[in-house]
Amino acid sequence: MSVKAISEYTAEPMDTVDKFHGMQLMYIYWKNHLMFCASFAFLVDPEMSFESMLTNTFLPAIKDHPDSGKINFESATWLLNGNDFNASMELSLRENKIDHKSLLTITTPELNGLNSSAT
Amino acid sequence: MSAKNRKLNLKDKYQYLTRDMAWEPTYQDKKDIFPEEDFEGIKIKDWSKWEDPFRLTMDSYWKYQAEKEKKLYAIFDAFAQNNGHQNISDARYVNALKLFLSGVSPLEYAAFQGYAKVGRQFSGAGARVACQMQAIDELRHSQTQQHAMSHYNKHFNGLHDPAHMHDRVWFLSVPKSFFDDARSAGPFEFLTAISFSFEYVLTNLLFVPFMSGAAYNGDMATVTFGFSAQSDEARHMTLGLEVIKFILEQHEDNVPIIQKWIDKWFWRGFRLLSLVGMMMDYMLPNKVMSWAEAWETYYEKSGGALFKDLERYGIRPPKYQDVANAAKNHISHQAWATFYQYSKATNFHTWMPDESEMKWLAEKYPDSFDKYYRPRFEYWDRKQKEGERFYNDTLPQLCQVCQIPAIFTEHESPSVLSLRQVEYNEERYHFCSDGCADIFNDEPEKYIQAWLPVHQIYQGNCDGSNVSEVVSNYYNINLGKDNLDYDGSPDQKRWQEIKNNGSK
Ligand SMILES: [Fe+2]
Ligand SMILES: [Fe+2]
Ligand SMILES: [Zn+2]
Repeated sequence: MSVKAISEYTAEPMDTVDKFHGMQLMYIYWKNHLMFCASFAFLVDPEMSFESMLTNTFLPAIKDHPDSGKINFESATWLLNGNDFNASMELSLRENKIDHKSLLTITTPELNGLNSSAT
Repeated sequence: MSAKNRKLNLKDKYQYLTRDMAWEPTYQDKKDIFPEEDFEGIKIKDWSKWEDPFRLTMDSYWKYQAEKEKKLYAIFDAFAQNNGHQNISDARYVNALKLFLSGVSPLEYAAFQGYAKVGRQFSGAGARVACQMQAIDELRHSQTQQHAMSHYNKHFNGLHDPAHMHDRVWFLSVPKSFFDDARSAGPFEFLTAISFSFEYVLTNLLFVPFMSGAAYNGDMATVTFGFSAQSDEARHMTLGLEVIKFILEQHEDNVPIIQKWIDKWFWRGFRLLSLVGMMMDYMLPNKVMSWAEAWETYYEKSGGALFKDLERYGIRPPKYQDVANAAKNHISHQAWATFYQYSKATNFHTWMPDESEMKWLAEKYPDSFDKYYRPRFEYWDRKQKEGERFYNDTLPQLCQVCQIPAIFTEHESPSVLSLRQVEYNEERYHFCSDGCADIFNDEPEKYIQAWLPVHQIYQGNCDGSNVSEVVSNYYNINLGKDNLDYDGSPDQKRWQEIKNNGSK
């Protein structure tokens, strides 16, 4: 539905990709690790490889969690915007079809947070 | 006729000083004078049916308010002269005031602006006068709150620039966007949002916790403000109910429109109140009641009775009320965990509850605290004692509507984040809940413009490329002095000095 207004109502979206100077937004939710209160928001270069995103963006963000050093990326499973997703490590985010404001969900089956409390 | 006989009775006085101040226009079209009255689809057949339950006229209004002001400022003066801040329970309490002053007082000001605006838009004189008085009340609340708390600014950090912070700080965009949403709506939606959903349905969950919190923690200045505002709030609440009944009685076509607004503003209000929940459960050294108890008393019981009463108009309880009821056991813990880890970017201190507080929390939240929240709190506590106090240095994902980080969990699975996504005009939008996604889907054009603090920082619009730059340059928060952990803060040091001097 459109906005009911006293005259014609149009609006520009505030966060289109062109406003991020060549970068884009990407969110990551690490399941069962609610020590991090919410999914993360990252500013990333769409041309960086998935693997380098993991090493340079994701891992530093979770470094304070005792599970962070134990992640086995071979057994981890991913969702991209809610759908099953097989990441190609050496391909770029763009080539992996991770577009602006995409949400990645990672499940690390062996790791379930502090004392397996999902935190 | 003697002077005594010329005195008007209340009813006549009200008639002369409100309704009779209006007139039927003769050379202008009424639609041109009140151009915003129709576009929302609300139909008013007869404005004369509007009942102002207080029949308050401007002359008596000024008189009452002036008397209250006189008493109030006498107490503020005495509070300052006697160094009243030394009598509070503990300096941690002042952090609740920092939250109030930057999160709530600016809303009083926004309410003033909102009522001043809609008070111009109704063709019914009774409604115009009621809105005008409420506008002045809200302006007074904003001012007197600042005066009540200004004394603390002389002795504690973080209270120096609340209006500036309200416009910029990441979590203060939550209350700010709430009122911006209401004020940019039409006049009838504004009344449903603020007079009914906020002032009538939810105000006891905002106002009472802060004012009883002040009473329980020895803050006489804020308590006195609370008493002085109480009669105003009683008037606002009564008006809130009258407003909704009046609109519903005017035309049956109004019912579905009002229902939609009730659904929306209940949900927005519930989300906003997460901040109050954490204040009650974590920030008050002397606790009043738990958030869950407050929700049960003031929403489940009172709200239940209210919606029963409104059933005869065809109104049902708000959508997602069940989700909100179940969340009462979680949101305060989730919110405090959030502020604890993002305390480099807050305008107040955070801390871990001590053992006796953890015990209190476990008693008040037998089904949730030990199972879901204690593990992370104990871990953080241990880390802090080892000198590695936990801070999250990565910005969180925000909800496009309520603007709260995506911290809330699924209704039936408290270990799973509740995340929703909608595509609109080839752009992705993210939400914390079905409630927020519904609000977006109803008026996407309104919310695609949301000024989301995290995205603004990443766009480079907030005077810095990292948290510490943004916090110092853009928020005007002194990093390390106004925020971080309470333990080791200058506030804590000053408080210990006060206590030591007192016992000498
Ligand atoms: Fe107020
Ligand atoms: Fe009010
Ligand atoms: Zn939301």
